[in-house]
Amino acid sequence: MRFKILLIIFFLNLNINLHANELVEESKIHKNLRCLVCQGQSIADSNSDFALTLKMVVKDLIDQGKTEDEIYSFLSDKYGDWILYKPKINQGNLLLWGLPYLALIIGGVIIVFLIRKSSKKA
Amino acid sequence: MQKIIKSIIVFLFIFVLLVFYNSLNRETNYSTDYLVGNKLTNINLKSFDDNKIYTSEDIQKSRYTLINFWASWCAPCRIEHPYLMQLSKEKNLKILGVNFKDKKINASKFLNELGNPYYYMAKDTTGKQSVNFGIYGIPESILIDNETIVLKKFVGPLNKQNLNDIKEIINSL
Repeated sequence: MRFKILLIIFFLNLNINLHANELVEESKIHKNLRCLVCQGQSIADSNSDFALTLKMVVKDLIDQGKTEDEIYSFLSDKYGDWILYKPKINQGNLLLWGLPYLALIIGGVIIVFLIRKSSKKA
Repeated sequence: MQKIIKSIIVFLFIFVLLVFYNSLNRETNYSTDYLVGNKLTNINLKSFDDNKIYTSEDIQKSRYTLINFWASWCAPCRIEHPYLMQLSKEKNLKILGVNFKDKKINASKFLNELGNPYYYMAKDTTGKQSVNFGIYGIPESILIDNETIVLKKFVGPLNKQNLNDIKEIINSL
């Protein structure tokens, strides 16, 4: 009897967790989608007609089993990369993605060089 | 070493200036120009009277199709309507009207009052189908060829210039 109760609790908990994951994923996607008719808002922050429609489309796509990347890909195909707050790396934004790393490497090299120079002097 | 650091600082300064210059001269409005040349896929629109589904096959029957998203509650749709009426007389063009988030009775009243320019009449009561066409407000129109390739996209009501552009494209062959 005790085993059966534990089993029911386990499956109930599993169901709640799975549902929670689904909700998190949906809201995460909403936060990364720009509301094209709003001023600097994601569709998560907006109640505009466009944002509400897009939320319904995202829900449909999730129900169809599409992954997060597939949803972004579908929507950027329809509205361009502008709809994504975090666009994928492409030729146009390569510098934007790469520059911080480049600056980090160059900075690191300069620091190492300066440390070596000062230790030689000492 | 100091020379290298100076060069890096100068380079960064010039880079930041270029970024600012580029950003100030950039078009800040959302543009749909990139859609031109794309192929429209998965066209699946319910007909206005619910008895048919329009797909790419229906559109491919005509040399050119203008897909127009409209609603009776949309004031700019009234402004562009006379241009659609003119375009409906063109031989090479068929107009697919997609009634967007509207009530059937109001849409019918609108067409009875202003005339019906649409060869195909479809509806999108939830607005979800319009996302497949990259629509984010109405009126919007998309001119496509018989391979469903986007030739031009018009955001906002059609005007005299748009009318001439469409006529020029469809009569170019």
